[in-house]
Amino acid sequence: MRPWFIHLIKLLFPPQVLLPDIVGIDIGLTLSALAIALYLTKARRWGWLWREWLTTVDHKRIGIMYIIAALIMLFRGGVDALMIRSQLIVPEAHFMGAQQYDEVFTTHGTVMIFFMAMPFFFGLFNVAVPLMIGARDVAFPRLNAISFWLFAFGAALFNISFSIGGSPSAGWFSYPPYSELQFNPGVGENYYLLALQVSGIGSIATGINFLVTILKLRAPGMTLMKMPLFVWSALVTSTLILFAFPPLTVALGLTMLDRLFGASFFTLAHEGMPMMYANLFWIFGHPEVYILIMPAFGIFSEVVPTFSRKPLFGYEAMVISLLAITFLSYGVWVHHFFEMGAGPGVNVFFGLSTMLIAIPTGVKMFNWLFTMWGGRIRLSVPMLWQLGFIPTFVVGGASGVMLAAVAADYQYHNSYFVIAHFHNVIVGGTVFGLLSGMYYWWPKMFGWKLNERQGRWAFAFFFTGFWLTFMPQYFLGLEGMTRRMASYPPGLGWGGLNAMSTIGAFIMGVGFAILVYNIAWSRMHPEWDTTGDPWDGRTLEWSLPSPAPAYNFARIPEVHERDAWWAMKQRGETDAVKLSPDQVEPIHVPKNTPMPICLAVSFFVGSIGMVFAWHWMAILGGLGVVAALAYGSLEDDTDRELDPTTVLNTEKRLGRVHP
Amino acid sequence: MRPAFFKRPYRKLVPLALAAGLLSTGCGQQYVLLHPVGPVGQQELHLMELAAIAMGIVILVVFTLYFYAIIRFRDKPGNTAPYRPDWHGSKWLEILWWVLPAVLLTVIAIPTVKTTYALDHVPKGKDPIVIDVTSLTWKWLFEYPGQHVAAVNQLVIPTGKPVLFELTADSPMNTFWIPALGGMEYTMPNRVLPLWLQANKPGTYIGLSGQYSGTGFAKMFFHVKAVSPAAFNAWVAKTRKTASPMTMAVYDQLLKHNTTGQALYSSYPKDTFPTVANGFTLTGSGMYMVMRDKNDITYMPMQNP
Repeated sequence: MRPWFIHLIKLLFPPQVLLPDIVGIDIGLTLSALAIALYLTKARRWGWLWREWLTTVDHKRIGIMYIIAALIMLFRGGVDALMIRSQLIVPEAHFMGAQQYDEVFTTHGTVMIFFMAMPFFFGLFNVAVPLMIGARDVAFPRLNAISFWLFAFGAALFNISFSIGGSPSAGWFSYPPYSELQFNPGVGENYYLLALQVSGIGSIATGINFLVTILKLRAPGMTLMKMPLFVWSALVTSTLILFAFPPLTVALGLTMLDRLFGASFFTLAHEGMPMMYANLFWIFGHPEVYILIMPAFGIFSEVVPTFSRKPLFGYEAMVISLLAITFLSYGVWVHHFFEMGAGPGVNVFFGLSTMLIAIPTGVKMFNWLFTMWGGRIRLSVPMLWQLGFIPTFVVGGASGVMLAAVAADYQYHNSYFVIAHFHNVIVGGTVFGLLSGMYYWWPKMFGWKLNERQGRWAFAFFFTGFWLTFMPQYFLGLEGMTRRMASYPPGLGWGGLNAMSTIGAFIMGVGFAILVYNIAWSRMHPEWDTTGDPWDGRTLEWSLPSPAPAYNFARIPEVHERDAWWAMKQRGETDAVKLSPDQVEPIHVPKNTPMPICLAVSFFVGSIGMVFAWHWMAILGGLGVVAALAYGSLEDDTDRELDPTTVLNTEKRLGRVHP
Repeated sequence: MRPAFFKRPYRKLVPLALAAGLLSTGCGQQYVLLHPVGPVGQQELHLMELAAIAMGIVILVVFTLYFYAIIRFRDKPGNTAPYRPDWHGSKWLEILWWVLPAVLLTVIAIPTVKTTYALDHVPKGKDPIVIDVTSLTWKWLFEYPGQHVAAVNQLVIPTGKPVLFELTADSPMNTFWIPALGGMEYTMPNRVLPLWLQANKPGTYIGLSGQYSGTGFAKMFFHVKAVSPAAFNAWVAKTRKTASPMTMAVYDQLLKHNTTGQALYSSYPKDTFPTVANGFTLTGSGMYMVMRDKNDITYMPMQNP
């Protein structure tokens, strides 16, 4: 065989991707992909897939695709988590080698944050925000599709590193100089850098899109202070994204220059400054955790009033606290590395600013409790997740304040105490929130509800498993166990708590399996939502049929108060959302376009070129990007008009026309 | 009716079970952070306890309100609790929960500031023993500039005396952590950071790295032996006599990416610790440290104005 060919094979398939379990998964995935392709061909669904989904610009469908992708990534990240816990169940276990363990915790963190949590709430933004503000779509529908496809191909890029070339192993934070070529010579780290850059462009675009949508497309009468809290949370999250992602782009870009072009911004040699990376990364990274939690705060602020049959307590304070958290979140990043020797003055400043964030967060907590106070609480599945959130998040927040006490953090830092803390807030806050939102808006997305009984079981397992997994980890921290250890010696007393934690993780896994079963079963035995308002909701999306027609609102509603739909129901004016035959107007809707997916494919090809340093391929991908952008800019025919008869017929079929 | 679980004879078991739970989770000797043997760890523990109590109050308040609300305001037929469908705010309640967390946080914040400043420097009037720490891939090198001996993966320190560690790395970042003595600090390439600790009781303690640095990271444990000053001097003398010197060739061996066992050296070469590093001030100790060259570390007394 030719030497270049052998070299290529070695590059694509280094020993770390030839482990039996990885090869097994490769075969399984290939077979499933073939089966899906075969089904699509047999059922003649390729055209349908292309027209209805791959080229769509409808925010509701993009939202659904985001959520499906996020659930798949939740599965992947969850399997990583179970592998981590299996390795740690007893001291000196040999479930996998240190190299594989390092890859697994790296992909667990990266996947969960960038490819699970973020797309999940982008999906819920897409599904709910335009409907809640009475808009027909987002401000830039095509940009919205571009965001989705950049995320999707970014995620694909990150995930194929598992089979081809090797997974990254420098942690989700990827601190240099460990992430530099000297210590991390494979292509895994390149995958990490490129995948995050590509999906990051999508995230920034989503931030811009929702910022403009919320500021410009609200229904007449909906002032900022009449917006549902979820829309507020989307607004502040978008702002955070807009200002938080650029430092990440810079940090990743400089690392890429180090690795691919021999620069030495952060290297061990040539006086590189690894601490500069730590600063850049956490200037992004801390706002990022608020990017993750704000949407959950928004979801809970919708779910609690609906299921307590009471308006949100202290609406103004809820808005002010969101804004306060947004502002403060940019001023706390050093608390991730008090131990890098910035001195007591700097450390104390950042410790106190971190404690300050607890005040607006505490206010939100009390306001949710007092929304329930004097209400009538229904324990439906979305509310169960919310009720799971309150105790979990309070414990996580409390341990966060304990970590902010600078001198004490010298002992907690990088120990299992920290792991317990941030899972308490990210799983207990973000994931519980996202799942609450998923169960809440599911009927609006698909027209059928998820089975309640199975949903309760999924919650019960996930919640119990969660507490059993993470409470022992606080105590492991107090025992001096540091994070990211591939194995630990016996004799330190760490075994028992680790075993408990592992058992808890598998109980969570069962909870997730029930959740998937819940979705599949409910799809096959659909409980149709014929009213469009299955939860007795308060905001405008529940005034629409489930699922909403492509144009959402045949007539844009007029808003006079918060909880507009609830007020209409109270006054018995629900007929106001119906249409009179003489009111029908033509509606402009954006046309489907293949440009977003072509753009994302070009990015993907170019990124592969960068990962393997095949410059011709990187240039080819770059040309593709330019071509797709040029095509997008020069195309005139981007809208179509729905004529009044079509609209009227659709609305008639939905029973929404005055006789 | 009360739930059966709280009826006799089970009622007596509840405090017992609680006590057993607490004992098994909080008081065992394996909870190193809760049993510090030096002043740094003790002050950090005090701060941890204070914050834990303050946060315990928050948790207690929220949990009480939470369970009360769920039980009392369930949507059940025949629930007589007041239903106030339009109650959406109360000025005084809201002022209360802006102020309440602020007060609790102030209680934590003041000692946080005090302890952080207090632990930043070696206590005044005490002369520390200096140890230069270099994290390597994946091992620890300890050099004693005052005693001219060196050790790998083992550390011997005198009790009752502050130890000033000067931390750097000839490797990716790690953190240097001896949980029984106190908190950690990063070892970073191209930088030197100070950290002081002290052991008041003789004994052997575990040290480890807290910052992931590759496949051998989990093996970066080292033993810290705290011995009386006399025993420490004897150890130095013995090491200088019996151990072999560390040459540059030995150091280059240590730079290899692997894990190793423990070793002792009677001397070490000049250039292993950074020769050019930013000088740093140890304000409270009344010392100013100048680091120009390996064997030219000088402590100059600061002039008191």
